[in-house]
Amino acid sequence: MANDPIHQFQISKILDISIGGLDFSFTNSSLFMVATVAAASGFLAWATSTRSMVPGRAQTVAELSYEFVANTLRSSAGTEGMRFFPLVFSLFMFVLVANLFGMIPFFFTVTSHIIVTFALAMLVIGTVTVYGFMRHGWHFLGLFVPHGVPAAVVPLVSAIEVISFLSRPISLSVRLFANMLAGHITLKVFSGFVATLTGLGALGIFGAILPLAMTVALTALEFLVAFLQAYVFTILTCMYLNDALHPGH
Amino acid sequence: MTLFITPAFAQTQAPGAPEAGISVPPVAPESPELGDTHSEVGHAAEAEHGGAFPPFDPTYFGSQLLWLAITFGFFYWILSTKLLPRLGGILEVRQDRIGADLKEAERSRAETDAAIAAYEQALAEAKQKAGVIAAETRATLTADLDSRRKAIEADLSARVVEAEGRISAIKAQALAEVDAIATETTEAIVATLIGDSSQAEAAAAVASVQKG
Repeated sequence: MANDPIHQFQISKILDISIGGLDFSFTNSSLFMVATVAAASGFLAWATSTRSMVPGRAQTVAELSYEFVANTLRSSAGTEGMRFFPLVFSLFMFVLVANLFGMIPFFFTVTSHIIVTFALAMLVIGTVTVYGFMRHGWHFLGLFVPHGVPAAVVPLVSAIEVISFLSRPISLSVRLFANMLAGHITLKVFSGFVATLTGLGALGIFGAILPLAMTVALTALEFLVAFLQAYVFTILTCMYLNDALHPGH
Repeated sequence: MTLFITPAFAQTQAPGAPEAGISVPPVAPESPELGDTHSEVGHAAEAEHGGAFPPFDPTYFGSQLLWLAITFGFFYWILSTKLLPRLGGILEVRQDRIGADLKEAERSRAETDAAIAAYEQALAEAKQKAGVIAAETRATLTADLDSRRKAIEADLSARVVEAEGRISAIKAQALAEVDAIATETTEAIVATLIGDSSQAEAAAAVASVQKG
């Protein structure tokens, strides 16, 4: 089983919990969710514990992450969007730290399961929808009727807009999930080649050089992807929240 | 076509058997470890884990959703109530401090400017005053000097006039004495020469000589 690239996504029970016949066991996925949250909030709490006027390294990182997310949110959704800052920052940090944890060997990648990313995406879309209706009432549906479109094509454009709105949680979740899944499978396959080839003797060891180089390169790429997907998730969240704040395009 | 279909059939029909479609040397079924390494996506995992691709396996969906809700909920709570206000507070305090320092620096600069302006003005006033004092002093001195010079000049000219008067008196006296001497001399010479002469004749002669 050592070289099975799917095995890393296997969920195993650590603590069997069953509530009302439903399986709510504490699994390795739950463990890494807890680890992600503990690491992220622990780091932020530790980095900002001194509240220095002149920040140290850790505090600089914490401040950078704060301002990075704040700038992203402000540039997409305006100053009004800052009311969603805790949500956006939580999403960014959770996804980023979960992705980066996944890069550590033998660690479980929380975001490689579609149900997790889908739940996060539904959280975003749910917030957008609920807040949009709360704030704009039925005017929120103006989101689906773009300005300056001839009346004849409004039904068609609205249908497309509705489909695009409904597909948002799917694209948002599948993008993150698929990137994590595919990246980890690719890494595992190439490193599996290295293990298999080195087991075949001298020629195999020579032949393993290429997949080894590939594995190293892919590892670097995966770190980039881990950050980039967290950023993409965040910026799309910001743009969707902008729709809730300003549905009139 | 059969080339592509056959391995799939082989997978569904004979789990655990080596795959024919992958371009590695065929492995005998009695070496299970190597056999496993080549069944990348397929049946070995399925056989062991109940058939589903783990990310799509709904067995643990409930557990994952629950624990995601718990962990993410906690994360959101601690960030929104504790960590983000603290972080935002640090940045705000720094922003305020920088703003206050800049304002203070601006104020100090304005003060310095005002002090420089006051100094310049005081300097200009002092210069002007000094100029006035100098002019006054010069005027006083000039006037004093003038008056003294005038007094001395007047004194000198008075003395000159007096001296001239004395000179002319002495001159007149001397001239008068010259007449008397000339008359006497003439009288004496004439008396010596002709023995007899009157003083009046001598005086007339002298006067005529003088005139001529």
